[in-house]
Amino acid sequence: MASTSKIIKGSVYVVEDNIDTDQIIPAKFLNLVPTIPDEYAKLGSHAMAGLPEGHPAFVPEGTDKSPYAIMVAGRNFGCGSSREHAPICLGAAGIQAVVAESYARIFFRNAVATGEVFPVESKVRLCEAFKTGDVAEIDMAANSIKNVTSGESYELIPPGAVAPVIEAGGIFGYARETGMIKQRD
Amino acid sequence: MAATITEKILARAAGQEHVAPGDNIWIDVDILLTHDVCGPGTIGVFKREFGDDARVWDADKIAIIPDHYIYTADTKAHRNIDTLRDFARAQQLPYFYDPGTASYKGVCHVALPEAGHVRPGEVILGTDSHTCTHGALGAFATGIGNTDAGFVMGTGKLLVKVPKTLRFVLDGELPEGVVAKDIILRIIGDIGVDGATYCAMEFCGSAIDALSIEERMTICNMAIEAGGKNGIIAPDEKTLAYIKSRTDRPFTPVYGDADAAVEAEYRYDVSTFVPCVAEPHLPSRYVPAAEREAVKLDRAYIGSCTGGKLTDFIMAAQFLKGRKVTIDTFLVPATVEVAEGLITETIDGMSLVEIFAAAGCLDVAPPSCAACLGGPEDTFGHAHGSEVVISTTNRNFIGRMGSKQASIYLASPLTVAASAVAGHIADPRDLLSS
Ligand code: SF4
Repeated sequence: MASTSKIIKGSVYVVEDNIDTDQIIPAKFLNLVPTIPDEYAKLGSHAMAGLPEGHPAFVPEGTDKSPYAIMVAGRNFGCGSSREHAPICLGAAGIQAVVAESYARIFFRNAVATGEVFPVESKVRLCEAFKTGDVAEIDMAANSIKNVTSGESYELIPPGAVAPVIEAGGIFGYARETGMIKQRD
Repeated sequence: MAATITEKILARAAGQEHVAPGDNIWIDVDILLTHDVCGPGTIGVFKREFGDDARVWDADKIAIIPDHYIYTADTKAHRNIDTLRDFARAQQLPYFYDPGTASYKGVCHVALPEAGHVRPGEVILGTDSHTCTHGALGAFATGIGNTDAGFVMGTGKLLVKVPKTLRFVLDGELPEGVVAKDIILRIIGDIGVDGATYCAMEFCGSAIDALSIEERMTICNMAIEAGGKNGIIAPDEKTLAYIKSRTDRPFTPVYGDADAAVEAEYRYDVSTFVPCVAEPHLPSRYVPAAEREAVKLDRAYIGSCTGGKLTDFIMAAQFLKGRKVTIDTFLVPATVEVAEGLITETIDGMSLVEIFAAAGCLDVAPPSCAACLGGPEDTFGHAHGSEVVISTTNRNFIGRMGSKQASIYLASPLTVAASAVAGHIADPRDLLSS
């Protein structure tokens, strides 16, 4: 679960601008229901299956986990559909954070509401500063990301108004903490 | 304090005097819309969080309209509709439009206003990004995910951020052959696929006043393609007449203040607009149709919540009457009502269905989303190879119609019809005048 005080370290998968939800999870897999546990896992196995040919495999054939922990992207990540399958398939595949220059609104919202992946905005464009396979370390408290492979560090934009929702693990946790809905028995 | 229509609707829904862009507020929801692709997950979230025996907050305010994967052998797609059916029965939901029965409707965004669920001044949240369509009737309408929808299902409320408003003032008279789809593709081309991210897109001006309700829907439908949170058009006489023909429920329209501050204002004279296409693979890749006549096509597709309404088929039929298509032309009415209209609506004594048949189009498919989003392999119109398709739909992303190798050009029903006849991208004005 994402937390604003955490360190996330792992290998990076890099994509560029306008990665739409059809690329993140193609429509033919939308018959899978994310709240059913083995279909949740299957969604992970199909994460990023809509990328055009020529990209390295995101999830190795025959598995449902990605070797990558962090996605680095350009502008407008997650544009298109409201399908929550998109942040969910990334979370199911093992991605902990996406670091993009900017997000499409519904993807960002769904990532926060579900608590599946931590959507982080970078101050500068990072998709040229990282290569797929580089190791990165995100320091949430310091709002920074370091490319461990190259040694360079970059600033991240603090989460602002959504931080409490992320801290609470999503919209339900937040609503319970703030008394909007009652705590679980 | 002066406020936009979007701010005023949200203030009312939050029970506040005034809200400002950037405020995070809890609002009361008037209608929650879901369908077969996101409904089962929404129900899963609702049960997980509120308990297996929990009741929805208000059965009258939930519309479940399966539309995405209807005519397919895919067993999971059928399982998902069964999940919706069981839930609707257990919760006694009056507005479940069940496939395979007389209540089935088809594409949710065309069905929702048809069934009277859209009313000016209200808040509509749907588990589909094109929920922004309903702003055409003066509602605040936006797409949400399953988790938020599960929350709404249990509480009737949601935490939302008040968007800034981008105002698009469209004046002048549209030239013949240029229609609503050309307007919105032009705007998206100008501001880009993230040009309205987090913002309300408010459309006004004499050119908007002149449009029919269905043409206004085409414009608001594609607000999401510029990243917009909602598209909105102030209600007028046409809106009120449309709503009253669809529902007896009372509603109170909301109007913005002319002097309300907006983030940016764009002014256009639509008399300068031309028929256009959006090239693969982004809706913002605007180019006049006349400049792409060298692009040879394999298929034409008329359908979806953007371009599968009755007026869209009337436009196509006006063009195809007495002409022949030279490529496979797929016709998918959005809803059952549209499909019936194809039979009852006539031009010079010929029904639309007869016109399409005489023009050599493929048989009209039953209403659903069909190949607008690809869908299961056996979906009508699904692309399987490197087809070049011209389509009245809203997205031309890689793989959107089922094949990553296919190229999709977005266009108006008139431009699609003209191109279906020509076999390449064509400007409908060339033939309209001949
Ligand atoms: S017609 Fe296409 S865009 Fe509209 S709701 Fe269906 S799949 Fe989505």
